[in-house]
Amino acid sequence: MTRHLLTTGAALALMAGTAAAQTELSMWYHGAGNEAESAVLNAIVDDFNASQEAWKVVIESFPQNSYNDSVVAAALAGNLPDIIDVDGPVMPNWAWSGYLQPLELDESALDGFLPSTIGRWDGEVYSVGLWEAAVAMVTRRSTLQKYDIRVPSLDEPWSRDELDAALTAIKESGDFEYPLDVGMAWTGEWYPYAFSPFLQSFGGDIVDRSTYQSAEGALNGDAAIAFGEWWQSLFDRELTPGTSQDPADRDSGLIEGKYAIQWNGNWAATGIIDAFGDDVLFLPAPDLGEGPVIGAGSWQFGVSATSDDPDGANAFIAFMLQDEYLRAFSDAIGLIPSTASAAEGSKYYSEGGQMAVFYDLSAEQSLVRPVTPGYVVMAKVFEKALADIANGADVADTLDAAVDEIDSDIEANSGYGHDG
Amino acid sequence: MASRLTTSNRAGWGFALPGFGLIALFIILPFFFAFALSLTNQRLVSPNPTEYVGLQNYGDLLGLAVIELEPERLDDGSIDRDADGNARYPRVRSITRSDDFPQYSGMREWFRWQSGDNARVVIASDVVFMKALVNTLTFVAVVAPVQAALALVLALLINQKLRGINVFRTIYFMPVVVSIVVVSLLWRFIYDGNDGLLNNLLAGLTFGAFEGRDWLGDPSTALGAIMAMSIWQAVGFHMVIWLAGLQTISPTLYEAAEIEGAGRWQTFRYVTWPGLRNTAVLILIVITMQAFALFAQIDVMTNGGPLDSTQTLVFQAVERGYGRQDISGGATISVILFVLVLTISLIQRWLTREKA
Repeated sequence: MTRHLLTTGAALALMAGTAAAQTELSMWYHGAGNEAESAVLNAIVDDFNASQEAWKVVIESFPQNSYNDSVVAAALAGNLPDIIDVDGPVMPNWAWSGYLQPLELDESALDGFLPSTIGRWDGEVYSVGLWEAAVAMVTRRSTLQKYDIRVPSLDEPWSRDELDAALTAIKESGDFEYPLDVGMAWTGEWYPYAFSPFLQSFGGDIVDRSTYQSAEGALNGDAAIAFGEWWQSLFDRELTPGTSQDPADRDSGLIEGKYAIQWNGNWAATGIIDAFGDDVLFLPAPDLGEGPVIGAGSWQFGVSATSDDPDGANAFIAFMLQDEYLRAFSDAIGLIPSTASAAEGSKYYSEGGQMAVFYDLSAEQSLVRPVTPGYVVMAKVFEKALADIANGADVADTLDAAVDEIDSDIEANSGYGHDG
Repeated sequence: MASRLTTSNRAGWGFALPGFGLIALFIILPFFFAFALSLTNQRLVSPNPTEYVGLQNYGDLLGLAVIELEPERLDDGSIDRDADGNARYPRVRSITRSDDFPQYSGMREWFRWQSGDNARVVIASDVVFMKALVNTLTFVAVVAPVQAALALVLALLINQKLRGINVFRTIYFMPVVVSIVVVSLLWRFIYDGNDGLLNNLLAGLTFGAFEGRDWLGDPSTALGAIMAMSIWQAVGFHMVIWLAGLQTISPTLYEAAEIEGAGRWQTFRYVTWPGLRNTAVLILIVITMQAFALFAQIDVMTNGGPLDSTQTLVFQAVERGYGRQDISGGATISVILFVLVLTISLIQRWLTREKA
């Protein structure tokens, strides 16, 4: 009823011919401080505002670190904007908590999108992403040649032994401070995003995905303990910098030659390509036993449950999903376009493009983080467990404690709404 | 006494009302909220209804038990020992995760000691909380006396009529004015393990003999590093309070002491110190309360790590309430902290009471 009235209102305003009467749609975005990203988003919003007369989107940007807290606080206070962007793994929590409403897009609107860019919860689509992100082992061809290390391929990634041998060889040469940099300085979501794929490649997981009711056996079974011991050995053998890594080294260590290989995301790739040119290699994740895995699911857009004008919010999201805009984000900050057709004409991801390999990585190796509202707590528990193991805590005890904490959280939330 | 407060004092109460009102609204009322929440399973966000759970949250935090482990024995009955001669024990998880001992499920080893051939292991339902409790008490036990003493020394130093003494007063007071977050960030650089200022300084002083160490990254030094920084940061504030106390002591007392031939130590012991009695009580209680509230330094510098060596109660309350969306757990920690601070303040008050 309200919606109907508002649309009527908008139509009336349209007839009166005053642009000022466009219904305002507020939108929150996590990328404050990133100029290139803001420029692209602002251009899309300007295009949308100019393309029709009913709605006018107004963006408010937040720093990424405080974005989720701001949304939660706004939801508690009942002040959510109409359109919010949401990190893929967090989406089920916000949908379950009632911050988001299902999207109302045409069936065909999502054709050709990478599966991990579509946020589904409880059988409904709640969010959609214009881009995907991927992680790779970044290094230089010349480095691998110097130490006589095979260049792995998607079909034939490094095995665990091969990776260990490569890292040890580089370590023994003494040419680098550390042979590998996994990025311990990037606390927060990076830990589950970048490191849980290693656990999954060992055959473990953060939670048992068949029921989502317990982590017992998944996070503290034999595979997980083997992962934990391998993980600890990376730090014991000083193959990678530990939790007190300087964030500045994380950003520039590979380029400055402190690290030989870096486990890093495609968003950092443009800078590395600028530094190394054709010598740069983006390599697939190692196969640690059960096949290579990388994380999936990046930031996506959704409509808040309390939006006064969900039609407008859906219209804007549908408008954003044009290949042209997917490409614009990709060209500006190196993100992977969500569709193959957008990738084709893009600067980095077209056939033979320097980062095209990321598109393949994403399509072939990626696994989304556990799709459950409890993920937000699991992520924190997992992060602490990995930091503790890296600092020398007992592997089995630490993983047991993580399992207990995850299980008691699931229980306290009555199973987080999973059937069964 | 009571009559003076309540009768013919309308103006006084009128002036106090805004302050009392705000304190009631923002401190007393939330405390009762916290207490009520600690008896429920309230989450930060959840579509599930809140349920009353009684004292379960307290049990989950404070649960403790002692188990005794017998060493593993070889086939001939002798104790299985490793290369260093230490007896091998079965893993604690073989008990805490066994269906035979449901009463220990979810518990984890906190610490152990040796008793004969057996090992006695204290297991706790929430080892992180226990570590936070011990760290917080350690922090208070070190910071309260050291900071108070250092502040007194500084106050005595600057309580002199010298040219330019205000420059020193300003310098000592400066860290208090700077935001604790900024100070913490700066000290993170100072403590940096690679080429932090502290490592460079120590290496310079010892002509390179000192090997750099990662102050905040090492569980044995992290809490100490945060203590040192916290003492430095707030010492100026307490120095000013001591100074105010010093300046209330009548100069005639010092003159009399001088005429009597008292030495510097005697003057301090029998004139200055008794004159500072009330100031000392105030400072001790204020520092204790502030030290219990340790949060910002942890949040900026270590996030409770490495290996929980810098977990504190307030940090855990926030981490649980917001980070893990467990408002009732956070509220429970707040209530426990309140009881702890109240008890200690009352004990301090009693120990430092005016003895008739």
